[in-house]
Amino acid sequence: MDLHARRFIPLLGFVLLSVLLFRGLSLDPTSLPAARLGQIFPEFAKLELQSGDVISVVDLNQRPALVNVWATWCYSCRIEHPYLLELAKSGVPIYGLNYKDDPVKARGWLAQLGDPYRLNIVDDEGSLGLDLGVYGAPETYVIDRDGKIVHRHVGVLDQSVFRADFSAWFPALMDAQAPVAQRALDGK
Amino acid sequence: MIPELGHISLIIAFVLAIGLTVIPFWGSFRTNVAAMNLAPSLAVGILVFTATAFGLLATSFLQDDFSVAVVAANSNSLLPPIFKFSALWGNHEGSLLLWVLILSTWMTAVAFLSRGLPLTMIARVLSVMGLIAVGFLAFSLLTSNPFERLLPNTPLDGSDLNPLLQDPGLIIHPPLLYMGYVGLSVPFAFAIAALIGGRLDASWARWSRPWTNVAWGFLTLGIMLGSWWAYYELGWGGWWFWDPVENASFMPWLMGTALVHSLAVTEKRGVFRSWTVLLAIFAFSLSLLGTFLVRSGVLTSVHAFAADPERGLFILVFLALVVGGSLLLYALRAPAVASRVEYNVISRESLLMVNNLVFTVAATIVLLGTLFPLVMDAFSLGKYSVGPPYFNAVFVPLMALLMPFMSIGPISRWRQDSPRRWLHELLVPAIAMAALAPLLSMMLFDFNLWVALAVLLAGWVTLGVLRDVWRRLAVGGSGGLQWQRLSPSFLGMTFAHIGFAAVVLGAVVVTQHSEEQDLRMTEGQSAELGGYRFEMTHISQEPGANYVADQATFVVSYDDKIIATLVPEKRRYLASGQVMTEAAIDAGILRDLYIALGEPIGERAWAVRLQYKPMVRWLWIGAFLIGFGALLTSLDRRYRVQVVSGQEPSPVKGQGLGFAR
Repeated sequence: MDLHARRFIPLLGFVLLSVLLFRGLSLDPTSLPAARLGQIFPEFAKLELQSGDVISVVDLNQRPALVNVWATWCYSCRIEHPYLLELAKSGVPIYGLNYKDDPVKARGWLAQLGDPYRLNIVDDEGSLGLDLGVYGAPETYVIDRDGKIVHRHVGVLDQSVFRADFSAWFPALMDAQAPVAQRALDGK
Repeated sequence: MIPELGHISLIIAFVLAIGLTVIPFWGSFRTNVAAMNLAPSLAVGILVFTATAFGLLATSFLQDDFSVAVVAANSNSLLPPIFKFSALWGNHEGSLLLWVLILSTWMTAVAFLSRGLPLTMIARVLSVMGLIAVGFLAFSLLTSNPFERLLPNTPLDGSDLNPLLQDPGLIIHPPLLYMGYVGLSVPFAFAIAALIGGRLDASWARWSRPWTNVAWGFLTLGIMLGSWWAYYELGWGGWWFWDPVENASFMPWLMGTALVHSLAVTEKRGVFRSWTVLLAIFAFSLSLLGTFLVRSGVLTSVHAFAADPERGLFILVFLALVVGGSLLLYALRAPAVASRVEYNVISRESLLMVNNLVFTVAATIVLLGTLFPLVMDAFSLGKYSVGPPYFNAVFVPLMALLMPFMSIGPISRWRQDSPRRWLHELLVPAIAMAALAPLLSMMLFDFNLWVALAVLLAGWVTLGVLRDVWRRLAVGGSGGLQWQRLSPSFLGMTFAHIGFAAVVLGAVVVTQHSEEQDLRMTEGQSAELGGYRFEMTHISQEPGANYVADQATFVVSYDDKIIATLVPEKRRYLASGQVMTEAAIDAGILRDLYIALGEPIGERAWAVRLQYKPMVRWLWIGAFLIGFGALLTSLDRRYRVQVVSGQEPSPVKGQGLGFAR
């Protein structure tokens, strides 16, 4: 009897799994917990990656700006990096949040690939990431003039994402981007 | 016109698949021979029409028909023809068509190569596979039609294939991987047919075994290519990332590994029958689950396809029907009596049980790690990501635990064995390796405990297997070597086990001894790494077919002898403006030298990453041996001589596989 009942265990396990997967369908893994939106960027006191100074939220003073969560262990970050450089070149202030990373490696990365960041917050323990509700890297937040978090993007930021979701805060940029795209087509 | 014909072919294939699901299945219960005999022809019909649809879609790609939505989204007139062709499966809709094409190929292969099997069995197996084809064809036609048109607003040119996918490795990686994924549907179908017919015996295991081995071999090769591609194409020398999509292919592989071994026990000894059936169901279920995870947008991943909840729901319902249905069938029909065949704790059966446990636990751990973010999200406990540390922490000890058992396994005896005999067999290799391990690891690199341990375990496994080969060859004592005693299945096992040892060794060495350096270099400058000297001789710019490349030429030397000239590139693709790093690699059996360009820094200077990757090739050579070994086993004679009549679980018949002595 119990031998027979045991044969239903795999089925039961699968039913539970299906319920979970069904629930998963209605969740967006990239959406920001609603509670964070509209809040002021959390206070912090962390080292700056290049200078070693202690910085806090008041140092993120070029606004509106992007806060980009990155790490050298994150391979999508590498795909995203050239676009960040392009954005920085066209004048978007980008602050880095170097998340759960080794500062030495991080400095090496920036030396090798170029540094698009105004400042880089060293969050080696990930505590600021926890306050922000970081899901993984890369992630990019928009903070507006008043220092409020107004948008969050999970995953690689590229031109089409930026156009669709970020341009509202950087209207001047859209005109400036055209020549960049043109240069790309010219192969330069 | 061409896309419409393709669409119609797909619909015809769908109708035929419904026929295949219903008619032979019905016939198998009414013993209607005519109905059952329809199965092979229907399978061929499905193959013909899916192949036609596939060919027509390929034509649209090659002819740059940008009125077809997938062509416009994934191709470009400047794309080299070979990539236009492979762009077909570089997207959700097209890769789904490839999935169905491969499924119908497997179906047809089963139909033609199983002539000796009882008709009811063939009919049911093909019907089950037909049902899977119905599901996937419906999925394609209803939610992801590859032939959808962009009319009247046809774009002038396509938006190009993702540059990451413009690579020869990506031409064959998905087809091989799908051969594996989809091939697991064959043992699944055999398991379901056997459960329905109530015939879970040794002949069932013997019929499923070659199919399972071949599918698993393809899966191995597919995963190997994926890892290799990531290594040279993503540009920073990593070879495994525990990304959800990688896990989606790795879980069926782990479960398949357990299945391959469990089937051996069921065939040879008639035990583990319910367990083997369950593994067959699990292995294919995990490959369906992988499809769900990759295509539903439930998890974030770099190489997941575009998210679409509607598609997700469709696969989930299909998954629930197929997996839920088969597990229900299992619960109702699996043999409830414990096997009558006895075996001792000290026996090959027990060792294979350890194999089964290790691989099942490993698959479960990967599943948990992959789904954990989803679980936490579902219960609103926050957003998480599970990284390599978790997987490495649980995976490495498991594999280390496995290896001692793996060295004993092939030399052990069925039913009953004695530890003394094992000691006698394996003591010499063990002592030899224990002495050699530190020596070898010191000779090649600086001493490192983990590497020494890996050399010890890998060497022990290899020597054990080779000793067995030697003894088999030399038996009889009459001098000459008895080559005919090495059956394909024995050789296959030998290759696969040696391959596994090579993978373990390669993984440990490359993890422990890799060196890398990030530098700013100008023309004429040089740098040293791992004893090698890298000199950057000049920088240039070269046009490619659909990109422009910045190139830096490096001359690599060792002890003042020039070894190689390497030319890493930085490409900017014209259509998308995306920038890609093309690493330059000097490959070698003991080490790879790897150069990737970063960003230009000022005039004529580049940020450069140099890497020294010892024994990284062993990973792929090893994985290749595993896959090759698995494919080799299917050539064994006893699979070609099919036994028609029902047989009792055959007792050890020895020399067929040559396990018994």
